[in-house]
Amino acid sequence: MNVHRPGRLLALVGAAAIVVGACGSAATPSPATPAPATPAPATEAPATTPPESPAAAALNIVFIPKAVNNPYFDAAAAGGKKAADELGGTFTQIGPNNAVAAEQIPFIQDATTKGYSSIVVSADGADEVAPALKDAMSKGSKVVGYDSSPAAGAYNVFVNQTDFSLIGSSMAQWACDLAPGCTGEIAILSATATATNQNAWIADMTKALADPKFANLKLVETVYGNDDPQESTNQAQGLLQKYPDLKVIVAPTTVGILAAAQVVKQQGQTGKVFVTGLGLPNDMKPFVADGTAPAFGLWSVPDLGYLAYNVAALLEAGTITGAPGETFTVKGLNNDQPYTIGPDSVVILGPPYKFDKTNIDQFNF
Amino acid sequence: MAAETTVPRTGGPGVGKRMAGAIARQRELSLAGLMVVLAAFVAIQAPNFLSASNLTQVTVVASIIAIAAVGQALVILTRNVDLSVEAMMGLVAFVVADLLKFDVLPAPAAIAAGIALGLVLGMTNGFLTAVLRVPAIVATLGTLSIYRGIDFLIAGGKQVTLGDLPAGYTDPARATILGVPIFVLIAIAIVVIVAAALRWTRAGRHVYAVGSNPEAASILGIRSGVVVFGVFSACGLLAGVAGVMWGMNYGTINATAASGVTLQVVAAVVVGGVNINGGSGTVIGAGLGALFLGLISNALILLRLSQFWLQAIYGAVILVAVSLDAFLVRGLKRAALARRSR
Amino acid sequence: MSAPAQTPMAAGEGAASPTRSAGRSGNARLRGLATWETLLALVLLGMLGLGAATSPDVFLTPGNFTNLTAALMEVAIMALPMTLIIIVGDIDLSVESMLGLSSAVLGFLYAEGVPLEIGIVVVLAMGAAGGLFNGLLIARGGLPSLVVTLGTLALFRGLALVVLGPRGISKFPEAFTDFGFGTVPGTPIPWPLVVLAVIAVVLGLVLHRTWIGRQIFAAGRNKDAARYSGVRVQRMKVALFVLSGTIAALAGVILTARFASARADAGQGMTLTVVTMVLLGGVSIYGGRGTIPGVVLAALTLAVLGNVLRLANVSAELQSIAIGLLLIVSVVIPSLARQVSSVIGSARRDRQPPVGVAEPGEVSSP
Repeated sequence: MNVHRPGRLLALVGAAAIVVGACGSAATPSPATPAPATPAPATEAPATTPPESPAAAALNIVFIPKAVNNPYFDAAAAGGKKAADELGGTFTQIGPNNAVAAEQIPFIQDATTKGYSSIVVSADGADEVAPALKDAMSKGSKVVGYDSSPAAGAYNVFVNQTDFSLIGSSMAQWACDLAPGCTGEIAILSATATATNQNAWIADMTKALADPKFANLKLVETVYGNDDPQESTNQAQGLLQKYPDLKVIVAPTTVGILAAAQVVKQQGQTGKVFVTGLGLPNDMKPFVADGTAPAFGLWSVPDLGYLAYNVAALLEAGTITGAPGETFTVKGLNNDQPYTIGPDSVVILGPPYKFDKTNIDQFNF
Repeated sequence: MAAETTVPRTGGPGVGKRMAGAIARQRELSLAGLMVVLAAFVAIQAPNFLSASNLTQVTVVASIIAIAAVGQALVILTRNVDLSVEAMMGLVAFVVADLLKFDVLPAPAAIAAGIALGLVLGMTNGFLTAVLRVPAIVATLGTLSIYRGIDFLIAGGKQVTLGDLPAGYTDPARATILGVPIFVLIAIAIVVIVAAALRWTRAGRHVYAVGSNPEAASILGIRSGVVVFGVFSACGLLAGVAGVMWGMNYGTINATAASGVTLQVVAAVVVGGVNINGGSGTVIGAGLGALFLGLISNALILLRLSQFWLQAIYGAVILVAVSLDAFLVRGLKRAALARRSR
Repeated sequence: MSAPAQTPMAAGEGAASPTRSAGRSGNARLRGLATWETLLALVLLGMLGLGAATSPDVFLTPGNFTNLTAALMEVAIMALPMTLIIIVGDIDLSVESMLGLSSAVLGFLYAEGVPLEIGIVVVLAMGAAGGLFNGLLIARGGLPSLVVTLGTLALFRGLALVVLGPRGISKFPEAFTDFGFGTVPGTPIPWPLVVLAVIAVVLGLVLHRTWIGRQIFAAGRNKDAARYSGVRVQRMKVALFVLSGTIAALAGVILTARFASARADAGQGMTLTVVTMVLLGGVSIYGGRGTIPGVVLAALTLAVLGNVLRLANVSAELQSIAIGLLLIVSVVIPSLARQVSSVIGSARRDRQPPVGVAEPGEVSSP
């Protein structure tokens, strides 16, 4: 077996090089064990950050969305970029191809290694990404959550697009408005069954539906389209097959609502089955026009990105620390009124918009 | 293991062929029978099953998978496999949609371009396998990553939605002639043409020969490299067709289109009786396999079973199919040996 | 894999020179392996250099070392038994699903109040059982491993989804997650890397230094000849699949610890990476050749490649293209080299094996 030796030696050398290089260089060993994942009061990072990681230039901010193949996150990125230009900082967006926590984590870790001053992240799995985010915070990066929250304690501030309960009750109301006489069967087409925001919205909608004024609306099923256009289409078609008397499909997902609208239109069910939920205006304009989805909602997605970037900048500057009760103002948002940081360090962008025939043409995202 | 791998001592290739034929007919008939039973069961539980719109949906999606399965069957018949099918379909679907979105080409030209792209991708697989002699599994594993990567690159995170496509572009997915969806007719036509080619042309016989007994095939002067290149190219072409149809059916296409299709396609082929060791099976079986799997998926939805059972059922179906195959082959082989030893 | 072993289509390793004597081919094979490992090591060193050049401040840091090794941890762990299975001529596509099933069952049991230690034992036993299922169907039943494990790939994943559904279980005890995410005190070496190293050393020794290993190579080169010389091929294959299943379950436990979360869709897509890693490590898909050190090198190479690309902000899609190309090139170059040398050799010897002829001994009878 002598012949193996040259190869094996080189292999050992290679492995040793990595280890030696790793141990030999750079300053403080990183504290690898994360803090326990119990919800903690918000104050995390100190006001000024001692740069432990190399070259933590300010306003060097990275966005890590759930997945990069999603127009929703591109819209948010547009807002983030605008903020970067205004504030004189940099904007980068990286992320996994699939909305899977296991794929998102290496991006977070590498962002930490590269020493971005702030990481703005929409978590694929609240608990899964927590250790990596806490590690980032301990190394001096600010962490701002947006769209889908990481576990409490794994971020400095979470920018919530809107109050969960507002979405839930809004969707219940839209369903009621669309079903003739607020009566009939409705179904929910969701995204992935594990997304924090999805489950929160659905839970709140179910709670809202318990209200007596919705007594004649019957929620028959919740199905999952996994944020995949094909799967959402299959599930939407399935709903139409299973429930011939279905009146409304509620899809709190931009991928799902589009698929459902397409299916309803293609099956010639426009006017018999209505579609509502959360959708991107540009996607839904034709369906608003032809009555398939007369009303649906969302929030200003670019504003979400814009706010998140600004919050990160404020954290870096030390203007806020993320503690509940702090206030700050961002010009151009919230009618220039101050935002207040709520419990669990959550900031709410604003109330959801309702899009319909009267206003949808004003929006372009 | 397949009986067809050994050179039979008596009877030449005829014995192998007869056995193959027997198995194939058994499989097709039993599949068809099973489907009728399943359909009847579902129809009773959920009368909606027999509604025109439901039948249309099921058969349309099954047609797309069936067309891809025909291509895969060709490859598997030669003792290879093509894992990159889903990436080829997805890439073609997106490219065609993109061409239409930006008005680069009118619809017929875009469709032709998509199919041509599928052919080129398949030829690349064929080149790697037949010319560079890379084992099929490795080559198509590699191209799976590469083609999907190219897809993501071109898409750049964007998607094409129904509104971006020319009006009426997605109508053929729902159009019917005498009540039969056009897509189904296309699939049937493709199955028939390929089956006929396999049965009655020399090229078709070469495919079976190369898959069932490579030594004998080369002794007979069959250029296996050409045959292999041909089946991979055909597989790519058919994947291109399936990709175009996928786009027409779903309207919204992004870079992850057709993910997971490889499992469905290979499952359809295996369930349809095509032996993974090559040399036996029919494309009709592959088509029926696709329909069968589509039926199961539809049944799950209509019977209101949790969509989480689908994967487990796919797996069980594959295992049952391949075990049945083996038992059948062994039974027939024992019978043949018994006959010969008399 | 039994199917490609009979496939004459792609020469891969060995078909170009069918007539070398056994003794000389042994040496030639060893020489070939050493060349492959050397090549890989050179590529690895090159990539380390590239990393240091493109991301000088961050690449060679302890934190980066931790991340780099963590990203492909479970894949690398599963690649080790996969190496043995591919050498013996089969394949196990179901590893990613067993990983997911293991994570799902572990989470389910933990959520139901079962102590974590018991849960881990149960899950490992389940992995062994799943592997046994595969092994019996393949070795005893004689069914092709590609299809059987394709079926169990779907079956195990489906069972995971049925057990745990769409939810994720979290809030595991700190000791557990510290093991997954933490490092050996004072070093940047993650605990799971220690597990990986142990498995690599054990399997490496078994494969390359024991009679079991020689039997594995023999069975991979020629199943029937091995059987005739007394190797209990069936028993060995069953054992290998049991090993693969158990280690996949272990990988599931480690993944759950690392992410502090149990999910039914854990590990989705890993099988392809595992197979890529093994093939990149110089293991022939036809069986009969390969080394554990080669696969370890390949694991390092892939990990470094992914890390370097991510640090340089190369998009995920380019990474996926790079890996696909790497895989193909890694097989094409030796194959081309062999074809060229065989053409030269046979031009001298005036004898050319016909295209498409399987190597004698590789056409196995049922």
